[in-house]
Amino acid sequence: MDGALILVQLLNGIQLGVLLFLVAAGLTLVFGIMDFVNLAHGALYMIGAFFCAWLTLNLDSFVVAILISLPGVFIVGYVVELLVIRHLYHRNHLDQVLATFGLILVFDTIVHLVWGPAGLTFTLPDAVNGRINLFGITEFPVYRLLIIAAGLLVALGLYLVIGRTRIGMLVRAGASNRVMVGALGVDINKLFRYVFATGAMLAGFGGMIIAPITEARIGMGSDILLIAFVVIIIGGIGSIRGAFIASLIVGLIDTMGRSFLDDLMKLVINETAAETAAPAISAMLVYILMAAILYFRPQGLFPPKVR
Amino acid sequence: MNLKSLSPAGPNGWVMVITLVALVLVPPYTVLANEPFFLDLVMRAVILSIAAVSLNLVLGYGGMISFGHAAYLGIGAYCVGIPGYYGIYDGVFQLLLVVAVCGVFALVTGLVCLRTRGVYFIMITLAFAQMVFYAMVSLDEYGGDDGLVIYERSRFPLGGAIGDSITLYYVCLAVLVATLLLVHRIVNSRFGLVIRGTAGNDARLQSLGLPTFRYRLICYVIAGIMCGIAGWLLGNFTLFISPEMMNWIRSGELIFMVVLGGAGSLFGPVLGTGAFITLEEFLSGFTVYWQLYFGIFLVLVVLFGRGGLHGFIEWLFRRRS
Repeated sequence: MDGALILVQLLNGIQLGVLLFLVAAGLTLVFGIMDFVNLAHGALYMIGAFFCAWLTLNLDSFVVAILISLPGVFIVGYVVELLVIRHLYHRNHLDQVLATFGLILVFDTIVHLVWGPAGLTFTLPDAVNGRINLFGITEFPVYRLLIIAAGLLVALGLYLVIGRTRIGMLVRAGASNRVMVGALGVDINKLFRYVFATGAMLAGFGGMIIAPITEARIGMGSDILLIAFVVIIIGGIGSIRGAFIASLIVGLIDTMGRSFLDDLMKLVINETAAETAAPAISAMLVYILMAAILYFRPQGLFPPKVR
Repeated sequence: MNLKSLSPAGPNGWVMVITLVALVLVPPYTVLANEPFFLDLVMRAVILSIAAVSLNLVLGYGGMISFGHAAYLGIGAYCVGIPGYYGIYDGVFQLLLVVAVCGVFALVTGLVCLRTRGVYFIMITLAFAQMVFYAMVSLDEYGGDDGLVIYERSRFPLGGAIGDSITLYYVCLAVLVATLLLVHRIVNSRFGLVIRGTAGNDARLQSLGLPTFRYRLICYVIAGIMCGIAGWLLGNFTLFISPEMMNWIRSGELIFMVVLGGAGSLFGPVLGTGAFITLEEFLSGFTVYWQLYFGIFLVLVVLFGRGGLHGFIEWLFRRRS
């Protein structure tokens, strides 16, 4: 365990956390305001990745691809809300889980139909494809630092929009009492449609920026969705601040656990037992964290103040 | 209502009797028509029916939306696979193991899960199932991601091994009937009344002085063990296990089977499973992109299908009379 490795893994953990935040932000808003469980949120992350990969391959410009994909995913989110989601608000959670589970199948198959089963890969533009020296200790990919910066910017932007603007005020009001907001003459359904589409776009953005590293593939949405749910439950459903802090906690714990847990366990138990158990435990770590938090603090770490 | 559903008085009672008789006649048919594949298909449906019926006990009657029920299927199957890895094929030992492991797992996770409500319950049951999933993925000793081949079916001290498929089929069917009887007994007992009551208004039952947490916990454990036995049958049937069996997608499919058939009805989950397997088989033979139609169907069922197949049958007959 040397300092360089710890620094690199620390940054990797933050990068994962930032990515989780992009997915969790929309999820927690939708959950918080409309009490709606959206399993299909991960599918929008996947759609974003495929849009962006496909456009990059065709237009030969990653930046242009992102600029076109963003409104693209927004429109997809808007249409899905219009066609399916809005009919489910007054239903119970079981119906919401099932219907959005069905949507996952639909999205996965559509992507399979359009782009084939293999997934799409593309390379980064040369300008960001290098490594950068960190304090003379180690090197780190420039692009991963860019992901962290982009995620932090989005977080800051969301914080300002929700905390400082009129729309943000309505969103916060909707989260604490949507009936009251509706009674005051705000078209809560329209507001929510835009919140949903924006959440979709944020998740899509997450997919876009990770696509050059991991490739765009079917099923990538479900993988991140489950961890995003862990994040919003740890952070407190409906709280953007909670989602942000929990994203970083989960990202760091997951990354650090996977790289250092076996070394730590070797200090306590014998080497072979540690090598067998460490991968299993590190994969379970975030779920263990969630179970523990739900046990001691069922409402999450930072629940919205008024419910 | 539930007493009636067991005697062939209501339309759904008749559907159950007819379906069960048809299931008894499946093996002779497959032998005569020489269609062994059809037997495999029905056997899979019967095994998954047991899992769906057990899920229905917590989900349909108890209102506990468990999104991690496939974990018990997987644990049950690994209770065949892991002893088999060490050359132990004793069915009694395996079944005791299923009861012990599933019982303890349900008890420990239930103690945590049942403290929560609503979405939190859905998510925490999912989280526990994912833990088991990742644990088995990471255990390279037992095949990890690739799974484990089971070389022999379970042996019993008196009856010998469950050798051929037809014997196994009748074992599965017998377990299904036993599970249905047990669930029927449970939901119509005083215990079941409390369980169904907690789904409606838990606080009210608590104020009547009932320790509802204990009731729900016991119900959760019973359902887990039942599903574990379904998993034991599944392991014997497929002779192969992998963590894929307890993927969260499988849990979602189990919920769909219950809802499609009619949550909170005795035989509904069996009908739902049958419809699910039939549809999957039909669509996948017809197009590679069958999941698209399947997904759309799922959304439509949720939006427009109230009460599932069970409700549909009742509606059909009530309209006629």
